Order: sequence, then structure tokens, then C-alpha cells
Amino acid sequence: MFGGLLQFHFMQNAYLAGTLVALLAGAAGYFVVLRGQTFAAHMLSQVGFPGAAAAVLAHVSPVLGLIAFCVAAALGIGWIGRDLEPGHRAESAAVGSILAFSLGLGLLFFRLYTGSAQAMYAFLFGSILGIADRDVLLTLAVAVAALVVLAWAGRPLVFASVDPNVAEARGVPVRLLSVGFLVVLALSVAITVQIVGTLLIFALLVAPGAAALQLTARPLVGLVLSVALALVVTWLGLALAYFTDFPVGFFITTLAFGAYLAVRGLKAVNAWA
Amino acid sequence: MSAALRFERAAVRLGGRVVWSGVDLEVEQGEFVAVLGPNGAGKSTLLKALLGLVPLSQGSVSVFGHPVGRGNADVGYLPQRRRFDPDLRIRAVDLVRLGLDGARWGLSLPSAAKQRRVAEIIELVGATPYQDRAIGELSGGEQQRVLLAQALVSGARMLMLDEPLESLDLNNQQAISELIRGICKSQGVTVLLVAHDVNPILPFIDRVVYVAGGHVLCGLPDEVIRTDTLTRLYGAPVEVLRASDGRLVVVGQYEPVSHHAEDH
Repeated sequence: MFGGLLQFHFMQNAYLAGTLVALLAGAAGYFVVLRGQTFAAHMLSQVGFPGAAAAVLAHVSPVLGLIAFCVAAALGIGWIGRDLEPGHRAESAAVGSILAFSLGLGLLFFRLYTGSAQAMYAFLFGSILGIADRDVLLTLAVAVAALVVLAWAGRPLVFASVDPNVAEARGVPVRLLSVGFLVVLALSVAITVQIVGTLLIFALLVAPGAAALQLTARPLVGLVLSVALALVVTWLGLALAYFTDFPVGFFITTLAFGAYLAVRGLKAVNAWA
Repeated sequence: MSAALRFERAAVRLGGRVVWSGVDLEVEQGEFVAVLGPNGAGKSTLLKALLGLVPLSQGSVSVFGHPVGRGNADVGYLPQRRRFDPDLRIRAVDLVRLGLDGARWGLSLPSAAKQRRVAEIIELVGATPYQDRAIGELSGGEQQRVLLAQALVSGARMLMLDEPLESLDLNNQQAISELIRGICKSQGVTVLLVAHDVNPILPFIDRVVYVAGGHVLCGLPDEVIRTDTLTRLYGAPVEVLRASDGRLVVVGQYEPVSHHAEDH
């Protein structure tokens, strides 16, 4: 039965892109949860929608549009947050305004678009059908580049995430790392949207990291667990979508949520026993 | 013996106002010095100037004879904070390890020597029993011990501790002060400890640095914490009372906040 899974080209592309996406989203997601930046991840994914829509209108790869809009938004938040002390009232207000504007843009592009609604639907909820060969190559390039940066900056990033004041005194460029991580996060969002869409992105970008951090307080083990969970959830989700004809976004979110719930339940039972 | 730190005619301006000025201060190596003074007088700023986090507007400052700067492995810093987030999921031992090589880029290979160093310093502060637990789950006193280990692990010869006793109960204040005194004397580490109350640390310290009224004064506790000395420093009437149990109480401290409001 599983032999038939990869017989079609679109499923091969879905599995290639999905694997790359899970690797990066799992790794970036660990840091998102450790740093408490789920709001930034949410904002970046919403900004992705008009980016993808604009790219479709311009007849280029939607991944390019996603990258352009998400990275611009990441630099925007980084620049706004640069002069501000933590507390983030002004920052979250600014982020909220950008978010609303970008969704408005998305609506406009959606209205201008004359093709099938299926493509727009895919950006919102993900799809196993729409991943072209050029997108697989672009996903490969983005994932490899972002993973190399994460590996190289991993230790200072953990330091800056858990103990920014001491890290700064020790010579870690905390602000630069903060903007740099937002850009990596933007790239992760840009490629993850292909599989689960802008609305369901937390399934791969937050749930695996959150479950991993519940299971272990060891940084390296947590990172590996987060990536492993993202991979398993993606692979299973794609297979279930293929064999049942229900949407992939539903399966991946359900599996990710199930994993998180199981981990919390396990912890509660352990604490009680 | 050369000075561990030296301020010469130093001043700091923050946001257009002078925090303190005309500071001449020298601390010898291996001394345990308490930095005291009312809230907002610039105690933390004094530490930040020594770390190179806040620039001087006048004068000079040196640590172990060198100009100050970030990333100095000779200096261990413990910033003012309340507590770690209870949900922060990283082990105590990982936090100490970050003090050793957390500022380095690139991948690291497992190192037995580094692991030994981390284990040794955790043993020194008595944090071994809970080194594998998440930092957020530890009590305030346990967290302070872990942070002391983090500050010391890279071989620091000077510790700058910003209110490490705040939010600890009296027993823990005593235990941590005693531990710091022990490290100071056994390892020859110079210690600057910012505190808002001198009493818990009075038995352990060598000298006090008093920051008030835009000026800084240094000396033995009995020389500095006196009615006439502090009145001159504050530029306003201040009275030092000694309770029957030996505790010192400073009364009549004017509010620095209203003072600065008048400055504008």
C-alpha cells in the first residue's frame, strides 16, 4: 500500500519539500518557543499571504513572494524593536498595524487574481498538490542556508535567548542576533507555508518545539526532538492526505496537536504519580 | 599590589542628566566591597561603567590596569533581575556552560575538560544536587548559586553582583553572603556587590562604596556609614542609628526621584 505513495511526481515533490520544511521549521521552532516569540512567528506567517498572492499575480514562484514579504517584515520588526526597551507596547502596536495592512493587501491581490481559487486556498491552508520543481529547488537553497546559519549561531543564540543581559556583557551581539533570528524565522515561514499554509503554520513552527521543550531541558536534545517531531508529523500527514483525500493541513495540525497533548499528559501523569 | 579597578575623576551622563561625577575610587585585588546607596543613585550604573556597557562622559576607568570593554573574561557579571521565568526550559548546568563558551560561534565538539571545569565550579557553589533541573524550577537561593557559578566559570578574577540578595529570605541572604566571602578569600576574587540593605552583609564585607547625591564615597563600613559622613555625601540631613542588635539604620534619606525632577 505504501509503495504507491511516491509513484506520482507531485507526491515526490511534496515529500522532498516537506522534509526540508520540517528540518528547518523544527529547528527554528525550538528557538521560537525558547525565546517566547510565537507572536512574531504568527505575524510573519500572516504577512506571507499577500506575498504569495503578489507573486502569483506577477507569474513568479510564490516562494519568492513569501521570502520577499516575510524578510521585509522581519527587518521591519527588528528595526522598530531596535530602539525600544523591552516591554514592547509600541512594538506590538506597530506589529499589529503592519499585520492588518498586509492582510488588506492580501485581500486586494486575491480580488485582482482571476485564476482558480484553489491556489489562494493553498496559501491559506496548505496543499500537497501545488509544489512545482522550481519551488523544491528554492526550498532546498533556503533550508540549507538557514540551517547553516542556525548551526553556526546556535550557542550565542541560546545564550542571548535565556540570559540576554549576561550574554551582552560577555560580548554577544544580542540585538543583531535578535534581528538575524527574525530573518531566519521569516525564511522558515516562507517555505513552511507551502505545506501547511499561513493559517496553520504553528503546527510545524511552534507545536514540535513546544512539545520538545516540555520533554527535556537539554538544549541539544530538545532541538533534535523538535526536528524529529516535525519530520514525523509531516511525513505522516502527507501520507494520510494522499490516501484519504482529506486536506494535508488538517492531518498535520491534528498530529502536531496530538503530540503536544500527549507530552503534556505524560508530564501531568508523571507529576501526579 | 596593583588595583583591581580604578575610577579617576569619572562621571556618567544618562539621558542628559549627570548620574554621578568626580568619582575617584580604587579597589584592591581580593577585596569584598559592598556598593550601597538609595534607589536610583547610580549603583547599577557604576557596575555597567566597569563592564563597558555605559560610557563615561568624563574621566577614566580601568579594570586590572586595562581599559574596560565587553566580553572581558576576567569579569563575571550577575545583572539585577527578579527571577528566571518559571517556564524557562534549560538546565542549570547548561546555563553555567554558557558562561564558559556561550559567546563563541560555530559548532562545538564535546569537551571533557570543559565538562570538568563546569562540574568543578558547580561543586564550589554547592549546586551539584540540582544541576540537572530546569533553572526556572529552582528556588531564588538555588538560582543565585547557579548564576554565581556561571559568572565564575570562565576564570573571572572579579565578580560584579547587582542585588544578588534581593528577593531572598534572611537565611539565604546569610548563606549566599558567606559563600561569596569564601570564594573571595579562597580564590582571591575581587567582589563588588550591590545591595540596598547593608545589614545582612555587614559581617562579611571589607569595605563599602556609598553612592548618593551624585557622588561616591569609599571606606571602611564604620567610617562611611556615619551621620556626619552621609550627611555630607547626601548634602542633606541624614542620621545613622545603631539598633541594640547591631543593625544600622539610615534615616532621613531624601527621595532621589524628586531631586531629579527638580533638575529638569
